[in-house]
Amino acid sequence: MKQIIYIILLLPLFAISQSELKGTVFEDNASKTPLPGANVIWYGTTVGDVTDFDGKFTIPYKKEYNKLIISYVGYKTDTLLISSPKTITHYLKPTSELDEIEITSRKKPSSISYLSSQNVINVSSDELLKAACCNLSESFETNPSIDVNFADAVTGTRQIKMLGLTSPYILIATENIPSIRGASQAFGLSFIPGTWVESIQITKGAGSVVNGYESITGQINAELVKPTTDDKLFVNLYGASNARLELNTHFNTKVSDKWTTGVYLHGSTLNTKHDVNNDNFLDMPLYNQVNVMNRWQYTNPEKGLVSFINLKYLKDDKQTGEIDFNPETDKLTTNNWGSEIDTERYEVSAKLGYVNAELPWQSIGVQAAFSGHQQDSYFGLNTYDIEHNSLYANVIYNTIISDSRHKIKTGISYTYDHYDELVNTTDFNRTENSIGGFLEYNYFNLDKLNVTAGLRVDRHNLLGTFVTPRLHLRYTTWEKGVFRASVGRGKRSANILAENQKLFSTSRNINILNTTGAIYGLDPEIAWNYGVSFLQGFRVFGRKGEVIADFYRTDFKNQVVVDYENAQQVNFYNLAGESYANSFQVELHYEPFNNFNTRLAYKNYDVKTQFNSGKLERPLTPKHRFFANASYETEVDEGESRQWKFDATYNWLGAQRLSSTQNNPIQYQLSEYSKTVATFNAQVTKVFSPKFEVYLGGENIFNTRQENPIVSADNPFGSSFDTTFVYGPIFGANYYAGLRFKIK
Amino acid sequence: MKSINLIKKVTLVLTFLITTVTFAQNKNERTSLEVDGVCLMCKKRIEKASLNTKGVKSAIWNVETHELKLIFDERKTNLETIQKSIVAVGHDTKTLKATDEAYETVHPCCKYRDEEVQEDHKKE
Repeated sequence: MKQIIYIILLLPLFAISQSELKGTVFEDNASKTPLPGANVIWYGTTVGDVTDFDGKFTIPYKKEYNKLIISYVGYKTDTLLISSPKTITHYLKPTSELDEIEITSRKKPSSISYLSSQNVINVSSDELLKAACCNLSESFETNPSIDVNFADAVTGTRQIKMLGLTSPYILIATENIPSIRGASQAFGLSFIPGTWVESIQITKGAGSVVNGYESITGQINAELVKPTTDDKLFVNLYGASNARLELNTHFNTKVSDKWTTGVYLHGSTLNTKHDVNNDNFLDMPLYNQVNVMNRWQYTNPEKGLVSFINLKYLKDDKQTGEIDFNPETDKLTTNNWGSEIDTERYEVSAKLGYVNAELPWQSIGVQAAFSGHQQDSYFGLNTYDIEHNSLYANVIYNTIISDSRHKIKTGISYTYDHYDELVNTTDFNRTENSIGGFLEYNYFNLDKLNVTAGLRVDRHNLLGTFVTPRLHLRYTTWEKGVFRASVGRGKRSANILAENQKLFSTSRNINILNTTGAIYGLDPEIAWNYGVSFLQGFRVFGRKGEVIADFYRTDFKNQVVVDYENAQQVNFYNLAGESYANSFQVELHYEPFNNFNTRLAYKNYDVKTQFNSGKLERPLTPKHRFFANASYETEVDEGESRQWKFDATYNWLGAQRLSSTQNNPIQYQLSEYSKTVATFNAQVTKVFSPKFEVYLGGENIFNTRQENPIVSADNPFGSSFDTTFVYGPIFGANYYAGLRFKIK
Repeated sequence: MKSINLIKKVTLVLTFLITTVTFAQNKNERTSLEVDGVCLMCKKRIEKASLNTKGVKSAIWNVETHELKLIFDERKTNLETIQKSIVAVGHDTKTLKATDEAYETVHPCCKYRDEEVQEDHKKE
């Protein structure tokens, strides 16, 4: 400061002997007001000036001076290249507007945070585009932490697994509202179109207490596209060689300076019958889906308010079974085995967020969601209808204690679920409600240590009053080395029928062996999850990479055991003994040359449960999995947008145990373990302009197929009929092409 | 006469204002000041030093603009104390300069007074 004052005093002297540079600094806003008090200094010198009341400055000029720095607190500092002492007019941008500047640096399609205390994998929209198809269940094909497989051989339903356990043990939320649960557990992932998803966060292990007590192996949150940030117009067309057709359109428009709305339409259909393995059964169902969402976004930055109102409607009809099955004449008869699954679902949800503009650490969020779900279906001679109405409400308050290193999240949540199920002639009615309070404390010392400790207490009409503790810790051991640990408890009521709908596509008798529990006679499931992980960033040959290794163990205190070990029965009973899932995964990311990314992963599962017939490996869970992914994008020249993108994924699954088929006739007996399965997917995208791109891809290019996925396909009404022994693809290679058109 | 009256009034209002400012100690006072530094390591050091000053609730430093946004409890600390903590870890503010000893303690890549280091960070 002093120096500058001296310089100003000396200025007249310089002015006589040397040439000078004059100029004016303005604020870069609509009114272009002059900016008094801005610092103007020659780079690398102490020669400078402060602008006067009219934003004017005068500064001595020498030929050696070539960089002029203009700065002012609250504005972006600019460096100007000066070649001659001409009069300068410059506009400084306020920093608060910096956020609006579009930054087009390359972001990693999927990344693991170095800072968060939880082991969170963020999957961006770039990663989602790697597998162009088509709904949330297919979005995990390029992610080694999630396993995707088919639930059965007839409904085409994809099921996901995390840490060796199926999706009911994962809390799946859309925008932090638990969404795929209860009646939508089986098919819900296919009810969220891929183009609606903006990003996905996968938390391995216990997860936060804020979203509830139900998560056991982890949490998956899907953020949907938002009216203010999504393209004004987006059209996606997709067609595949199996005759699957999809259309997605988004329209987003500003209604007023605070309100923006978006209408998102999704339609998909498959109306060609396929039977490549000649078992007389369709390889995939015929279906039609119409899915509509309308979002309203309110943004008021002056008051710190953001709000979303969402309306969703879905209608999905599937038909599957034998090729000659005709629902008109064959429904619920033994003419032909067939199935129809008709689902109608609507959702209304609203969110309001308030951030105190004066105290940025203080915020309040209120969420409420209501959904109605109706599924009418039959599978051969089995009828299954479910109606599920659900209400969820949540209030979160964020603040700090003493300073911003100690953060607190606290609030209350309420859930209400009513289930009405009909299985053949038996009615199951159930109402669940719970109210709970939670508190989560986070300490981050801005350096090595980050700890999150959460606790919630819930009062549930069927599960009782219980405490859910969760703890996460992150510690930076050395440069680019991050150690994480987590422990937490989860509790849930198992919706045994909705979650295990595949059992209806068998001739098995359904038996519930316990009678004293509150949920179908069974007790709630309780498990503890423990995990450790280590992440090490490195540089080899000057190129960045990282290695991640993690180990998780899920230990059930009680589990509803789903026992398929007798081929004519499926038995549900409370766990008596041990049940655990150990998961070890090691993953390597490396960029051997510019724009070429590779990911390799190996996973080992040890999942065992005490069945009535003994302690056995969990069926259909491979002990070993190997994953490889490579992607390459051509360099984009400045001002250009033409680009090629290539992506390839290889997956290998080790042998999987098949439940016992000993008491089947010899021709319907299966070996104890399945064969190994290898699949390969690839996709090419050509970007023509920011508005238009085309993609072409192949799924299962090796044409791997499981032989005879249906046991007793030749006698579907016999006592051995079973469609649940699925460990690999049923339909062979499938090729697809599509286009995306967007206007920003 | 009129002008004298005006001066009186202004003085009165000013005195009143000054006294209110002095007495109403804001527990969430917001200020921003310029702190010199070059990188994210500096950011960590500056923010940590600020938060380690008792009474500072929030400190966010911008690598590009060198602006440090502070929210602090005026009853517990003041801008000078905060600046002293920042200077003590080796970062200059506009009014206070870090001692050479303090400056020497920063990581070699954070030597913000060095032109070469400044240039290196600009390339990133």
